[in-house]
Amino acid sequence: MTSTDHSAGNSAGQQDLYADPSETSQGKVFTVTGQDWDSITQGLGDSADERVVVNMGPQHPSTHGVLRLILELEGETVTEARCGIGYLHTGIEKNMEYRSWVQGTTFCTRMDYLSPFYNEATYVLGVERLLDIEDDIPEKAQVMRVLLMELNRISSHLVAIATGGMEIGALTVMTIGFRERELVLDLFELITGLRMNHAFIRPGGVAQDLPPGALDEIRDFIALMRKRLPEYAALCNANPIFKARLEGVGHLDLAGCLALGLTGPPLRSTGYAWDLRKTQPYSGYEDYDFDVQTWDTADAYGRFRVRLAEMDESLKIVEQAANRLADLEGAPVMVGDKKIAWPSQLAIGSDGMGNSLDHIRHIMGESMEALIHHFKLVTEGFRVPAGQAYVPVESPRGELGAHVVSDGGTRPFRAHFRDPSFTNLQATSVMSEGGMVADVIVAIASIDPVMGGVDR
Amino acid sequence: MSNPQDNPSDKPETAHVDQPAVEQSPENLPAPPGGTEVRSVGQRRGMFGVSGTGDTSGYGGLVAPIVFPSPSQRPYGGWFDEVADALEARLGQTDLTAAVESVVVHRGEITFHVRREDLPFVAQMLRDDEDLRFEFCASVSGVHYPDDAGRELHAVYHLLSMTHNRRIRLEVTCPDADPHVPSLVSIYPTADWHERETWDMFGIVFDGHPAMTRILMPDDWPGHPQRKDYPLGGIPVEYKGGSVPPPDQRRSYT
Repeated sequence: MTSTDHSAGNSAGQQDLYADPSETSQGKVFTVTGQDWDSITQGLGDSADERVVVNMGPQHPSTHGVLRLILELEGETVTEARCGIGYLHTGIEKNMEYRSWVQGTTFCTRMDYLSPFYNEATYVLGVERLLDIEDDIPEKAQVMRVLLMELNRISSHLVAIATGGMEIGALTVMTIGFRERELVLDLFELITGLRMNHAFIRPGGVAQDLPPGALDEIRDFIALMRKRLPEYAALCNANPIFKARLEGVGHLDLAGCLALGLTGPPLRSTGYAWDLRKTQPYSGYEDYDFDVQTWDTADAYGRFRVRLAEMDESLKIVEQAANRLADLEGAPVMVGDKKIAWPSQLAIGSDGMGNSLDHIRHIMGESMEALIHHFKLVTEGFRVPAGQAYVPVESPRGELGAHVVSDGGTRPFRAHFRDPSFTNLQATSVMSEGGMVADVIVAIASIDPVMGGVDR
Repeated sequence: MSNPQDNPSDKPETAHVDQPAVEQSPENLPAPPGGTEVRSVGQRRGMFGVSGTGDTSGYGGLVAPIVFPSPSQRPYGGWFDEVADALEARLGQTDLTAAVESVVVHRGEITFHVRREDLPFVAQMLRDDEDLRFEFCASVSGVHYPDDAGRELHAVYHLLSMTHNRRIRLEVTCPDADPHVPSLVSIYPTADWHERETWDMFGIVFDGHPAMTRILMPDDWPGHPQRKDYPLGGIPVEYKGGSVPPPDQRRSYT
């Protein structure tokens, strides 16, 4: 939009159906779409001392997705801030109740779309606990889960830093962040066949073995990232503009974090080293050597530094996992119980991931029993003993947990996801009230909410 | 976190010694000593999702109760007993000894079923008592059991003690006819949005919540979508002359 034309048109008294002020029972309503704020100051006239409520979003480039912010302003100062969410609610939890336990991963992977492997992992760990097969998961499947989750942490933190930079005008941070994320997505594509929404971690193990050459690609990636990650530090850590925008913004201390349920980088930026990978290890995290990164400023800058440092730690874990995988060539990646394991190992064909041709040949041409078994397990699925489980994992945003309830049937009776974005977003008011409008953006970017996870 | 169920000797005595270890599902176990009631929350009929003349297998006549893990007897094992002891001791100082209706230990997780009117008191104690210190409420989630007469709606709280590195679960129930549960927002401010979501999706009213409004669905939405009596919705999809019904109307394996 060209701002001069627009405001000139308004002042000349021309009608603009979409942007002209209108009277409502709640007061005068203005619609501004950028660079036309003059129309408000002119329109307010004498009543400028009244309270101004600004609706920001849900379609706004700086609210990190379809988040609607309702801000009450006094000049440039925010006196009250509230969130409106639900614009991305897709009923994933309800849908899962109508699919088999294995199909559930296909749904929940789409919730927090920047960290799909964590959604799958927490759901699958819950199902495995109910099945009582936690100790039977093959080592290789565990290591592959850790490998994928840590690669995912890197790609997720890169987006957090990139979009956070973009929102304060640091476009270079955005471009280099997405440049590196692309490399991680390429690895995901190589290993799982998909760049997002993998549904790769399945009850009992993972969908398929590592493809040939994957470990070399991972090693190349680690070597490259060892060079590239310091670039972020060099670009941002001591950058005076970057620090001026981030330091002291979105402050929330430890007591506030606990009361509001914040986990992940916001909690660790208060100096408290709470990381479920260390405190309540799952998937064999106790076997890896890494440190929990903390900062002591409890502000947006601290959260940035925690994320940056966590990427280095994740690289360490990825390297250890890759070394272990090199010794595990040919080992099984799915639990041995044929009543739970998917009947065939999947393979990537020219049209994506599917049953391997060997398996099709076997069930269609050689064994009637194998065909019946395949049909039963694929259409009906397995039964999960009645009960409930909650096995949280440390996602890039904090504690992500699935409350999985089974009534003994072939489908989840209820699956509820405790998404860290949803919980952490509650801190918006506390972090931004009393600050400037521009700092609201920084505070929210420092929480790094993903609306797909918030709304589910 | 150490898993108290790892050690077989810690397991509560639910299985009779003479019972062969073939079929261990709860409905096939003898009643546990102490006479705790095994509560069925519904019935499962048939096996293949067909009934009437379409069922040529005969399995359509099967009727099996849906039974969730029954209440456990002491000792619960590991630190579960420490928590239960501390809780009982504190409750014993008041006249609320019956606040905890039952305790279920299953798959290494412990669930306290709490009387709904005593929930705020129990939660406050769990948060503040030195031996308990569950200072973190991870989540509130609703579950709808339409056939559990008088206890159709459940609200489940996942509590975490970072001090002691322990997790417990609180579960309260309320009937469909009177869907009220006291709010925990004043004790755990993080429950704010979680309780709103549970109201939105299940219609449980959290009394004392500062702003009990819908959160994910539009404000004027009718009904509570994640209740079992709320249809999934969807339209049939036609493809090459055939028609695929929406997921909630397809044949399902119960």
